[in-house]
Amino acid sequence: MSLKRLLAVFMARNREFLRDRAAMGWNLIFPVLIVAGFAFAFSGEPAPLYKVGIYGANAGNGFFATEYVQFIEMPELAPAITKVERHQIDLLLDSAAQRYWINESSPRGYVLEKILQGSSQAGYAKQVVAGRQIRYVDWLIPGVIGMNIMFSALYGVGYVIVRYRKNGVLKRLKATPLSAIEFLTAQVFSRLWLILAVAMVVFFGTNLFVDFAMYGSYLTLFLVFAMGAFCMISMGLVIAARIASEELAEGLLNLISWPMMFLSGVWFSLEGANPLVQEFSKIFPLTHMIGAARSVMFDGAMLSAVMPQLLVLAAMSALFLALGALLFRWE
Amino acid sequence: MDALIEVDKLVKDFQGVRAVDGVSFTIGRGSCFGLLGPNGAGKTTTVEILEGIREPTSGTIRYKGAPLDASFHHEAGIMFQSTALQEFITARETLAMFQRFYTRSASIDELVAACSLESFLDRDTRKLSGGQRQRLLLAIALINDPEVVFLDEPTTGLDPQARRNIWNLVRTIKARGKTVLLTTHYMEEAYELCDEILIMDRGRIIAEGSPDALLAAHFSDVVLLLPQADFTAAAAALPLTLYNCGDSVEILTCGVTDTLRQLLDAGVSLDRLRVRSRTLDDLFLELTGKEIRP
Repeated sequence: MSLKRLLAVFMARNREFLRDRAAMGWNLIFPVLIVAGFAFAFSGEPAPLYKVGIYGANAGNGFFATEYVQFIEMPELAPAITKVERHQIDLLLDSAAQRYWINESSPRGYVLEKILQGSSQAGYAKQVVAGRQIRYVDWLIPGVIGMNIMFSALYGVGYVIVRYRKNGVLKRLKATPLSAIEFLTAQVFSRLWLILAVAMVVFFGTNLFVDFAMYGSYLTLFLVFAMGAFCMISMGLVIAARIASEELAEGLLNLISWPMMFLSGVWFSLEGANPLVQEFSKIFPLTHMIGAARSVMFDGAMLSAVMPQLLVLAAMSALFLALGALLFRWE
Repeated sequence: MDALIEVDKLVKDFQGVRAVDGVSFTIGRGSCFGLLGPNGAGKTTTVEILEGIREPTSGTIRYKGAPLDASFHHEAGIMFQSTALQEFITARETLAMFQRFYTRSASIDELVAACSLESFLDRDTRKLSGGQRQRLLLAIALINDPEVVFLDEPTTGLDPQARRNIWNLVRTIKARGKTVLLTTHYMEEAYELCDEILIMDRGRIIAEGSPDALLAAHFSDVVLLLPQADFTAAAAALPLTLYNCGDSVEILTCGVTDTLRQLLDAGVSLDRLRVRSRTLDDLFLELTGKEIRP
C-alpha cells in the first residue's frame, strides 16, 4: 500500500466534502435544528406528578398513603440513589432503615420532604445527594449526534462511491496504480475524521444553548462515537461494494437507516418496548453506540463499563470491512 | 519500427456474446495507431483489455516483449471516452492528485503549457467547458510521462476548433516519441493523425494498414460531384456508377477524361462540378455497410 496515493485520494475527498457547502451546512444544521426543536418543545414544566422511590417494604400508611404521589419500587439501592441525583425520582424512602434521600436542588423534593415531616414517618433520617436533572433534551443529544453520524457515514460513503462508480470516476481511478484497498482506506478515514469533527462541533455547539449533562470522560465518549462511526462507514462500504445505480443505493440505504433511526433509541428509550423489539434492535450498530454514549454522559460510565458495546462495534466493523473489501468492484 | 504492444488471438465474451473474436495486431513503438469501427464493433472492449482494466477471455498481450502486468499502469496514460472528475476540486488539484498515484511524473507546468490549461487551472472541475475538460483529461493521461497513451474518442462532442486543438496536442505527443492508440469515429481524424489503422467490425479485424495504403488497395477511382439540377435525363441513361445523395449526384470513375466527355455530350453543365479523392469515410462505409446499425 502506498501512503502517498492513499493521501492523494484522502485529501481530494476532504476538499470535495468541505467545499460542498450545501451538504456540509446540512450536516451541521440538521442536528442542531432537531435539538433546538426538542429543547423548545420540552421547555415547559413537566406534569405535576411527584415520584417517590421505595426501597424495601411499602409501609402503606402515613406518607406512603399520600395521594397524587406515584410510588415506584426500587429493587436496588445504588441505582435508586442515582435516580435521585439525576432528578428522575423526587425522593427515595428506605422503610427498613428508616431513612430518606432527597436532592437539595429539587423543588419537588423539598415539597415532599415537608409532607414526610408532617406524617407518621417524620423521624426518618435525612440523606442528601446532589446532581443535576437529566432532561429529555439531554437524553436526546447522544441520539441525535448518533443519528447524524449514521446518515453521514452511510450516505457519505455508500452513496458517494456508488455515484463515483456510475459516473466513471472509479473506472478512471482503476486505470491508475491506485489499489482498491488504498482507495477504500482513504474514503473511510476521510469520512471518519469529518464525521467526528462535525460531531464535536454539534456536541459543543448545542451545549452552548442547551447546557446538557455530561458525567463521564470526554475521551471515552469520543472513542464511543469514533468506533460507532467507523462501524457505520464500514456498513456503507458493503452497500457501495458493487451497486452502480444511485436509486438502488438510496433505496437500500433508506431501508437500513430508517429502521435503525427508530429502533436504536434515538428518540425514545426502548426499555418499555416489546422484548423482541429490544433484541432486534441489537443488530444495529447505532443501538450500541447510543447506549454506550448515554452511559458515559449520564451515568459517568468508565471505559470498562462500555467495553461490551465497543467490542460489539469492533466485531461488526471487522465483519463489514471484510465483506466490503471482498465484494468491492471498481465497475 | 519495433513492437511496443503485441496482441495475439484476443477473445472477450460477455454472457455468451463474443465482443472480441480472436484479433491479433502489433503496435509499433512511437507510432499513432488508430482503432476504428462502428458502434458495437468491439474496439472499446479491445482497448480496455489493452489498458489492463478488463480481463480477456483468452489470448495474450505482450508489452515490451513481456506479458502485461500491474506495472503497466505506471507506463500507460489513459483518456476515456467519458470520465467524470471529482467535484469541488480544481483542475490543478486534480492534476496533483493523479500525479501522486505514479512513481514517475511529468512536470505539471509543462503539461499546463502544452495542454493550454492556464486559463482554468484554478477553476472547479464542474465549471469547465467541453474543450477545457478534454484538455484536462488529456493532461491527466500524460501526468505520468507515459510510454503509451490511450485516447478513446478524444474529440467526440467538440467543436471544430477544439477538435483541431486536440489534434495538435496529439501531434505534440507523437513528436515526443510516445506511442498513441487512438479510437475515433471521425475518419478525417484518423487520416490526419494515424500512421496505422485497424478497422474492426463484429469483433473481428476487417482491414489493417496505413491510411494511404488502405485507400490505394481498395480504391482506384475518384468521385465526381454534380448538383442534381445540372444532371440531365440523357446523362442518367449513361453507363456510369451513380449515387443520388440528396441535392447532388456522385459519380465514381477511373477515367475522369472519358467520363467528363460523356457528360458534356449528354448536355450536362460542368460549371459546378467538384472532384474528390476517395477517403477513409468511403472505405469505412464500404467495409462496414452504409446502414446505421442499432
